[in-house]
Amino acid sequence: MSDQTQSTPAPAAKRNLLKQLELDTRLLGMIGAFLVVCLVFNVWTDGRFLTPRNIFNLTIQTVSVAIMATGMVFVIVTRHIDLSVGALLATCTAVMGMMQTRWLPGVLGLEIGSPLIPWITIGLGLITGAVIGAAQGWLIGYRGIPAFIVTLGGLLVWRNVAWYLTDGQTIGPLDDTYILFGGITGTLGWGLSWIAGGIAALAAAAGIYSARRSRVAHDFPVKPLWAEAIVIALTIGAILGFVAVLNAYELPSRVVARDFAAYGCDTAENCNVAYGIPYSVLLLIAVAIVMTVIATRTRLGRYIFATGGNPDAASLSGINTRLLTVKIFAIVGVLCALGGVVASARLGYHTNDIGTLDELRVIAAAVIGGTALSGGLGTIYGAIFGALIMQSLQSGMAMVGVDAPYQNIVVGAVLVFAVWVDIEYRKRTGAK
Amino acid sequence: MTTPLVQMKNISLSFGGVRAVDDVSIDLYPGEVVGLLGHNGAGKSTLIKILSGAYKADSGEIWINGKKTEITSPRDARNNSIETIYQTLALADNLDAASNLFLGRELTTPLGFVNDSRQEAETRKIMARLNPNFKKLKEPVSALSGGQRQSVAIARAVYFKARVLIMDEPTAALGVHETKMVADLITELKKQGLGIFLISHDTREMMELCDRVSVMKNGQVVGTERVEDVTEDDILSMIIMGKNPKAAA
Ligand SMILES: Nc1ncnc2c1ncn2[C@@H]1O[C@H](COP(=O)(O)OP(=O)(O)OP(=O)(O)O)[C@@H](O)[C@H]1O
Ligand SMILES: [Mg+2]
Repeated sequence: MSDQTQSTPAPAAKRNLLKQLELDTRLLGMIGAFLVVCLVFNVWTDGRFLTPRNIFNLTIQTVSVAIMATGMVFVIVTRHIDLSVGALLATCTAVMGMMQTRWLPGVLGLEIGSPLIPWITIGLGLITGAVIGAAQGWLIGYRGIPAFIVTLGGLLVWRNVAWYLTDGQTIGPLDDTYILFGGITGTLGWGLSWIAGGIAALAAAAGIYSARRSRVAHDFPVKPLWAEAIVIALTIGAILGFVAVLNAYELPSRVVARDFAAYGCDTAENCNVAYGIPYSVLLLIAVAIVMTVIATRTRLGRYIFATGGNPDAASLSGINTRLLTVKIFAIVGVLCALGGVVASARLGYHTNDIGTLDELRVIAAAVIGGTALSGGLGTIYGAIFGALIMQSLQSGMAMVGVDAPYQNIVVGAVLVFAVWVDIEYRKRTGAK
Repeated sequence: MTTPLVQMKNISLSFGGVRAVDDVSIDLYPGEVVGLLGHNGAGKSTLIKILSGAYKADSGEIWINGKKTEITSPRDARNNSIETIYQTLALADNLDAASNLFLGRELTTPLGFVNDSRQEAETRKIMARLNPNFKKLKEPVSALSGGQRQSVAIARAVYFKARVLIMDEPTAALGVHETKMVADLITELKKQGLGIFLISHDTREMMELCDRVSVMKNGQVVGTERVEDVTEDDILSMIIMGKNPKAAA
């Protein structure tokens, strides 16, 4: 408890090593959990789980929920909850589906396939999400209605507004450019993927290095140089490894053979075409970076966490917590629309049941990722890992042939278990 | 004659049926410590929360430096260099000392991002002055002791160069050593010309630190006296009986 204990050297050398690396133990825990899930299913499926193909699919299936989960972190950190994300996603995709197939061609007379259509559609979809989110945030922040109630109402309202907009029909097929955001048709390909990976690796290394420089400049304690080097090496390794796996997944040779010239080959033989990084994953990475910067580097983020930690302290410090609530829910609305773009693009259609139960997946992802329902604690990367772990469990069980009801039983149990582990972890580290 | 830093004139505030503050007038001069005493529920915290912008008075006026001033939010109070250390320490437990110190007034980089390293450096500097034992800069303030948390709250007021400092029971949770530290700090700030409203239940401490004391009961000020004109017993009987024995005499 006292100030002195900090400088006491850890007895075990192994502990000391981890300590010097200053790795985030929570992040390590999540990576560990994820690896365990992967390995177990890989053994169970005789090696079919950890194939480039399955990892690719897993990735694109995770994106939509992961995007929304980053926003749910802000909501839960401020001690609110949003039960309406799945329904809001449906309203956004209904608007976007109708927009590109009916309204824009019909009313504005844009031809189907016009290059303007997808972008106008997505823009209006994002605005729809922002406006609905902000309206819910206003009811919560300024009118004092609990978020649970507002968004429970929203769950019913927006699910059925979507139904009303589309007359309950499936809307599609969607625009060719639009569906690039779904993942399978829209990927960077081999070369660009490596370039993107290289840039990301350099940026990560530069970021870690410049953070160190800034600490040195202020005479703050820094970790040893070798520890910094290991962290950089691990980070670069992870990024490039991920790119390598996605690049190892190749288009089926039949597909390539049909049109080998289009892929830059002279013959159909030995013409291997890699998928590479899906656009939807790039979108998720962009969202993750922006949300992390907001959370850790901006006043908005600081106020979100301060309000979650102590709402009274925040408002006594002159923070407008009501407006903050509106902003948070508007952000979630935008992310629901983005998640909706990815989800509907992946299906190729807007369907009636799109996003059903997503609210629970999104909340579970944030919570498994270490966001505390008591407020004030949570990370963006945690929520994304949470989404990935949930999706791995679900797809893994589907691969080994577990029936859907059993899948849900397992996922539900895992959610409760994860939160229990997290609470124990906090007790331990808090008591340190 | 110097103008008062703060004049609160005929302030009233009710919560539902409860008149928490009832037609209270009180003032504060530069370099002066004014103590507020009174039973639990007498209205002390409510009165100073009106000055710090946490509550809005139903009626009455606030004058700062001889000018009538509207204080409708904590931000207004801060803009008038009024800093408050609340009875229930207004700290966000999950954030570290620097984030709390600068909460609502973050230092930013030219691009508008929060400049955490400068905030940390400034915090180190001021803490070295106020509480040299303070080392836990990276940890959330929930991991700090009562005294350490108190120094974060005080550092906030000192760093932003308060002219009026409101301290609501600043030593209630502190040990002997830390209490002495706060007392020394009050004396030093007073020398620098700050005006300080101090709330405490410890009459002896108040007799030592304050220039004047006001006793409240049921939302009203029973009496205001210079400490050299009264004894501790006079103050105690004012608190208990709810009337000023000197005025009666
Ligand atoms: N937010 C509130 N809502 C309703 N009533 C309140 C509120 N705050 C204070 N009161 C009431 O106003 C009166 C004055 O309370 P106040 O907190 O100002 O007392 P105090 O003098 O600071 O007491 P203490 O010495 O216990 O801190 C009490 O009767 C209290 O119950
Ligand atoms: Mg009080």
